[in-house]
Amino acid sequence: MEITKQEVEKVAKLARLELTDSEKAVFAKQLSQILTHVETLKQYDTIGVEPTATVLGQVNVFRPDITRPSLSVERAVANAPESADGFFVVPKIIEDPQPL
Amino acid sequence: MSIHKLSLYELHEKFTVGEVTATEIVRAYGLRIGQVESKVKAYITQAKDAAVAQAGALDASLKVWRKTLPMMGMPLAIKDNICTEGVLTTCASRMLGNFVPPYDATVIAKLRAQGYLLLGKTNLDEFAMGSSTENSAVGPSRNPWNLQCVPGGSSGGSAAAVAADECAAALGSDTGGSIRQPAAFCGVVGLKPTYGRVSRYGLIAFASSLDQIGPITKDVKDSAFLLGAIAGHDPLDSTSADVPVPDYLKALKRKDLKKLKVGVPVEYFSEGLDSEVEQVVRTAIQELKELGGEIKDIQLPRTGAAVAIYYVIATAEASSNLARYDGVKFGLRAKETKDLLDLYMKTRQEGFGPEVKRRIMLGTYVLSAGYYDAYYGKAQAVRTLIRQDFEAAFQDVDLIVTPVTPTPAFKFGAKGDDPLQMYLSDIFTISANLAGVPAIALPCGFSQDGLPIGLQLIGRPFEEETLLRAAYAYEQSTQWRAKKPVIR
Repeated sequence: MEITKQEVEKVAKLARLELTDSEKAVFAKQLSQILTHVETLKQYDTIGVEPTATVLGQVNVFRPDITRPSLSVERAVANAPESADGFFVVPKIIEDPQPL
Repeated sequence: MSIHKLSLYELHEKFTVGEVTATEIVRAYGLRIGQVESKVKAYITQAKDAAVAQAGALDASLKVWRKTLPMMGMPLAIKDNICTEGVLTTCASRMLGNFVPPYDATVIAKLRAQGYLLLGKTNLDEFAMGSSTENSAVGPSRNPWNLQCVPGGSSGGSAAAVAADECAAALGSDTGGSIRQPAAFCGVVGLKPTYGRVSRYGLIAFASSLDQIGPITKDVKDSAFLLGAIAGHDPLDSTSADVPVPDYLKALKRKDLKKLKVGVPVEYFSEGLDSEVEQVVRTAIQELKELGGEIKDIQLPRTGAAVAIYYVIATAEASSNLARYDGVKFGLRAKETKDLLDLYMKTRQEGFGPEVKRRIMLGTYVLSAGYYDAYYGKAQAVRTLIRQDFEAAFQDVDLIVTPVTPTPAFKFGAKGDDPLQMYLSDIFTISANLAGVPAIALPCGFSQDGLPIGLQLIGRPFEEETLLRAAYAYEQSTQWRAKKPVIR
């Protein structure tokens, strides 16, 4: 499986990762190698085989819907890169409206 | 009496009868860490001052009312991907360089409730992705048996700390061998419990269908002792199993393997296995036979698929789990960004190291439109076949015995430029995670260069008792445990 630099760029964008040019070149080569190894899985016949998502074979787990103590606002924002008045501060994501 | 040379259980016995105080324990380990840590570099964060204060308080309260608990006063080291309230938890990543968890992982809450002493947080490959600690953002730990060699990974700091007597015991996490491989490389005992045996709440997620917390200890009895303290159902982890926790120490009473059938899978003794490792492991299998085990050749025919399955499923789950690191609520945030998308992209570029990026890329690729069925779906289906291999084998045998690693500890940089080679060295440990079954690594000899070699025992789900019984019988009939590294 050959991964091109363009594919690396596309995947990096999906993964929200900015990569340098040299990282792109290295990843294209290494991902190609790894995926070539992964393709050896084709030799195993899996027709009619149920995929494994969890080994526990559990059904849904429920809990009572009751109020429990939780983190205070101060503690919840304590690790934030930027916070103010108990809120997380983020860059503006909505453009200013055009003046009418 | 050198406190740091005692096993966890021996120390517990002395503490229980008042022969040693918590303050003496912390002081002894403080001295030991001071002697060797500059060479071993097992810890990312040391918590000595807090441990001293806590030990003092513990001793004072015991004077008033003497009631001890199993882990009370016990000096432990915790892998730095397990959340400890108020104590820096970095995952050996720039991304979490300043992260101080506002809560305890469930395993920590259990240990804290018993009055354990946290000596510090141990080094790992960033986000537990790696087999050598070379992927740590703060630099690697070193193997106490040979400082030029890796301690293994990802729980390399925990294994090195135990081997170097820098703690009485440690916790690690194991996604594809991250407890067992470093335990083997450092000549200590590492147990990956059954998936669901130990709560994962507060373990910083890597691959959620594979991750499991477990003990790394100086001997098998300590492993049973510490597992008992952390195992059990947890309402905060919906994948933890509601299965009663037995008294694991009781499992050690029978010091033989009588009436146990032990399977030797031919696929684990094939090409790529170092001849020295093979010889040492085969000698150990002979010893299991002399202890009463019935040795049988078995087959796990799909073993060759394990690495490929793992690097699809683990990376897919990782790419999803690590999407949370976006520079908004906690962790690193890149400076000088022009908009929200730029903030995400640059934060993740600066925060993650090369191996984490590589795995996020691989995981994102195998989950992306057009490739999902061919890679992720296929890997999940072949994972079922691996589970069926184990189910079939365990119809026939009670235990499976294998090497832990194809070679003893390797030198720094030996596999640096070739991620696939590094991945392939996980071949013997990965299957237990894919099948969710428990497995233990324990010392079974040394290479001619004086590096430890590990023996792996794999058991049926929730049959840690059988593993511990057999491992203890083997350990007690051999002398490997007595040999200690000389750190220089």
